[in-house]
Amino acid sequence: MTDQERTPDTDAPDNDVVLTSRARIARNVAGIPFVHRADEVQRKQAIERVLPSLNPSTCSEETEWFDLESITALQRRVLFEKNLISRQHADLRGPRGVAVARDGNLSMMVNEEDHVRMHAIAPGLQPGKCFERVRQLDKSAEQKIEWAFHQRWGYQTACPTNSGTGVRFSAMLHLPALRLTRELEKVRQAAKDLHLAVRGYYGEGSESSGHFYQVSNQVTLGCSEQELLDRFMKTIVPGIVNYERSARQALLRRDQIAIEDRVQRDLAILRSARVIKVDEAMRRLSTIRLGVCLDLVQDVPLDRLNRLFQQIQSGQLQQTAARSLTPPESQAARATLLREQLAGQ
Amino acid sequence: MKCDQCDRPAIVHQVIISNGTHRETHLCELHAAEAGVPNPSKQPVHQLLAKVAQKPKPTGLATCPGCGATLAKIRKTSLFGCPQCYDIFEEAAGIMIESAQAGATRHVGRVPGGAESDEARRHESRRLVEELDRAVHAEQYERAAELKSRLSQLDNQHPHADREES
Ligand SMILES: [Zn+2]
Ligand SMILES: [Zn+2]
Repeated sequence: MTDQERTPDTDAPDNDVVLTSRARIARNVAGIPFVHRADEVQRKQAIERVLPSLNPSTCSEETEWFDLESITALQRRVLFEKNLISRQHADLRGPRGVAVARDGNLSMMVNEEDHVRMHAIAPGLQPGKCFERVRQLDKSAEQKIEWAFHQRWGYQTACPTNSGTGVRFSAMLHLPALRLTRELEKVRQAAKDLHLAVRGYYGEGSESSGHFYQVSNQVTLGCSEQELLDRFMKTIVPGIVNYERSARQALLRRDQIAIEDRVQRDLAILRSARVIKVDEAMRRLSTIRLGVCLDLVQDVPLDRLNRLFQQIQSGQLQQTAARSLTPPESQAARATLLREQLAGQ
Repeated sequence: MKCDQCDRPAIVHQVIISNGTHRETHLCELHAAEAGVPNPSKQPVHQLLAKVAQKPKPTGLATCPGCGATLAKIRKTSLFGCPQCYDIFEEAAGIMIESAQAGATRHVGRVPGGAESDEARRHESRRLVEELDRAVHAEQYERAAELKSRLSQLDNQHPHADREES
């Protein structure tokens, strides 16, 4: 699960705007109350029913199991920063865990809001590839587990917003130009009309960090998985992507020198700072990413930049340092990492 | 399109054409079940009705036997307590789901153990049902009759077509 093992994303489709795509399937084990109404024994039962499905002889994936009750808070934090578990899953109490695939691009959370949440992630706009992967995992799981299923409402979930297919597609979009041109509100409004949810890099309430916005389908019922995917792929995301691209071109046309100045100043700061807070680093990395995508910066590879957004989070800095860091120590470690990674080539 | 007898969405559209005149009815699943729509297995649009008709009437229980949740609790948290809640609080559950799902009224897509070919068939079947709905809405009754026969054909090609509902 190291970063080196992750797929390089240099050639991922639409990666100038789309950082990553994800597909998720929500499922619950038949005969056990949903997690928020299950007691300790029932939650353990859910884990016991799910674990055999991960046996490498029958499972589509080879995974490593993390018991979230017995690992450290730092390990939970790192799993969260790598988008392998949700904030809720990290912070909840009680029996729960996550199975993580070797390449770190697929996970199965057990006892989050639903008994099972399977996620796959891929660089750029590739939700179909992600879906294929979680779907294979679901298929091997259903050989061993009876999922709660309703004739009319489909796969049963704790929250009515997930009923039906239990499938949600999402894309992490980098929208710095729409932000700069103050047109983001229009996207938000359009997204609402399309039944899309828009959130920040680390979920609700983290919206400003690095100008990343996660869009996902709101509706999971009444359409087949393929229809949901088609709609997401062909209408929803390309609309926003093209909107951001034209905003970028408009910025260049209006005042290229001003944009270059901004990008180069932020690059210079990250190449020389000795201490830096995470918000400031995210903001400056975002501007540099815009510069790389507009060919204003040639010596910083896009996939290295993409990884930095996660590597500068304090949990991962502490994991690398192999000890807990005070806030000033974190800021120094972050600045050092940025100087190393962004050094001119 | 709404049900002839109430405000719920109509899911059953019957068109009887004889000597150039036609009569049509549009019913929601409850009223269609009440009207006793015949032999659902021959009519893919109405397949799910059989199950609806067989379902026990809501018992008026105050709590769910599967998890102990009350309707008040479910409404407050916007979360069901267990799979049984979907049936115990059938009417309220339906309203909650439909409003969370932009008015969608039933599952389409994968079912447990469903084969790939089943999925493709369901996809096509759903497309035909939508087209049928539009045809009826536009009062294109000849077209509607043709679509209905294509739906029956699609159903007959797959002898196990009812497995997903059983
Ligand atoms: Zn009615
Ligand atoms: Zn219940």
